[in-house]
Amino acid sequence: MSTRKEKIVLPLIAVLLGFLLGSLIVILTGRSPISMYAAIIKGFSGIDIINGQPINTRYIGEFIIQAMPIILTGLSFAFASRTGLFSIGAEGQLMIGSISATAVALLVQAPKAIHLPLVLLAAIAGGALWGAIPGFLKARYNVHEVVVTIMMNYIALHFNNYVILNIFGSVDRVKTAPFPETALLKSPFLESITRNSRLNWGFIPVLIAVLIFSFIINKTTFGFSLRAVGYNKDAARYAGIKVNRNIIASMAIAGAFAGLAGGVITVGTFNFGRVIQAAEGYGFDGIAVALVGGSEATGILLAGLLFGGLKAAQPLMQSQGIPREIAGIIQASIVLFVAMKYGIKMVLDKFERKQVPTTEGERV
Amino acid sequence: MTFEIFLQMFPIALMFSAPIILTALGGLFSERSGIVNIALEGIMMVGAFTGATITVLLENSTPAAAWIGLLGGLLAGIVFSLLHAVASINLKADQVISGTALNILAGGLTVYLCQIIFHQQRTRAFSYGIKKLSVPGLSKIPVLGRMFFDQVYPTFYIAIAMVLLTWFVVYKTPLGLRMRACGEHPQAAASMGINVSKMRYFGVLVSGALGGLGGAVMVLTADIQYTLVSIHGTGFISLASLVFGRWNPFGVLGAGFFFGFSTALSFYAKDIPLLSGLPGEFFYILPYLLTIIALLFFAGKSVGPKAAGQIYESGER
Repeated sequence: MSTRKEKIVLPLIAVLLGFLLGSLIVILTGRSPISMYAAIIKGFSGIDIINGQPINTRYIGEFIIQAMPIILTGLSFAFASRTGLFSIGAEGQLMIGSISATAVALLVQAPKAIHLPLVLLAAIAGGALWGAIPGFLKARYNVHEVVVTIMMNYIALHFNNYVILNIFGSVDRVKTAPFPETALLKSPFLESITRNSRLNWGFIPVLIAVLIFSFIINKTTFGFSLRAVGYNKDAARYAGIKVNRNIIASMAIAGAFAGLAGGVITVGTFNFGRVIQAAEGYGFDGIAVALVGGSEATGILLAGLLFGGLKAAQPLMQSQGIPREIAGIIQASIVLFVAMKYGIKMVLDKFERKQVPTTEGERV
Repeated sequence: MTFEIFLQMFPIALMFSAPIILTALGGLFSERSGIVNIALEGIMMVGAFTGATITVLLENSTPAAAWIGLLGGLLAGIVFSLLHAVASINLKADQVISGTALNILAGGLTVYLCQIIFHQQRTRAFSYGIKKLSVPGLSKIPVLGRMFFDQVYPTFYIAIAMVLLTWFVVYKTPLGLRMRACGEHPQAAASMGINVSKMRYFGVLVSGALGGLGGAVMVLTADIQYTLVSIHGTGFISLASLVFGRWNPFGVLGAGFFFGFSTALSFYAKDIPLLSGLPGEFFYILPYLLTIIALLFFAGKSVGPKAAGQIYESGER
């Protein structure tokens, strides 16, 4: 197989196998896979194949809402991985993005044209800072980024709760006071065309982020040098690329994407700062999105929509009597199969080799 | 006064140390054989879920339910780690990605099964986990008796026994020598007739057993039921203990104890004059912060198994 074909076929096979395994688990635990797929179709479109209901734009709005943050955390993971770094820190960077957005939303008073961009910039800056720390530790002290980013997720979680509860004050110990209208991404227009879903202008910064990701990686010298570090650190250093600076920059930019996700959630999906009980899984969703999307902008966008739809289908599955966690199981299986791509390729190559003589025979 | 609190803290610190030590020893086997195992967190979750479920289901029929739960957790850990072994040894998967996948899978799978078995997102609460015991005679020793032998969970002694056993297996047997060779230079090991795949399977499955046991120990001593957040990063802290302990069983013991103590501190901080003014969140953060500092402290000095994480191709040099 050519590498280009591989990049498209292998993730698709992984997705297929993941759904197969998920269906198998549903069957083994005595539930019906048909109602699971019905819930997934409904999650994407509102079409109810069991009760025969037509397309419903509310469901489309809600599934895009789910896809937005995980596309961004996907970009985050992918960006760091292009420099050869395995960052599990998107979850924490997202929380720091949220808390920064909350701070600016509550403390600054300005017209919308200034306030809203300021909120999102704060989220980006917060995430970038949180991402730069493990980058610095990696570059300066060669501390492995995997463990550090995981630890920083837990630190961000408790830091977030401390700030929400003790600094911004919370009446019910769950959330802050509501943000002023000028800080929000909400749009009555988008809500009205999607039957009062929570769809908001957040998709615009998400799309811009996808374009920026693609531009930096593919079109700039900086992106080229990042990739060079990812391919071979020593060769890059020998070629005069500042490896350490690139590692920090790469982690900071990865953090910026995740921080923006926090901003989009905080002033788009919600309109208040939240106390978080436990990690909400945006970081791990992002890893799945990036791996399935092959760490390419377009792939990440598509994979984000796929997993966003799966997330949106979760409550529908639960109401069908299928535990909602099946979505996580399917997602994890897909990641596992993507990781096994060498194995899958070996099987495919064997298969192709067997096929070759027969097709040639037919041609003659 | 403060010394009294210190003495009171000890059994709690031992309770938190035991699962960290056990799981980190598991990581030691895996990494020494050449396979990085960041799935320890997920393995602990599966072990904890299985341990709690067995205990809940059996506690009305047998007084040994929690001990059967521990055994069940160990076995479940082996089965779950088999996935990591197949993916990273046979199918040559990137070990970090495969481990990440297993961590996500563990969260989904355990809560899914809770919903199937208990119709809620956690297991039912068990009445008793592992019971504390006081060692007759030894608990009467002044100071030391209260620190190590009075009202202590026996799981701590299991952890100590495993440290000794691990040291013996890894450093004193031909099996351990062969396993370490596979983690340092698999091609050289293979040229001496060692079956690298088999050795690595051994390492990963032992890590599954110890990680599963560690998870079950954690839920059956420090918790009343299994929930999605029962393990909350302890598997990753175990991984850090392995680095902090420099891939050595006794180092792991010290590191595990260090993290156990820092967790216990958060429970007693309000009684300690100097610390009582700090916010509660500070102490939640402490173990994670100390992990990063510990990694920094040993950065560059600690050298792990050379070939850990690399995909093994038999023909390569």
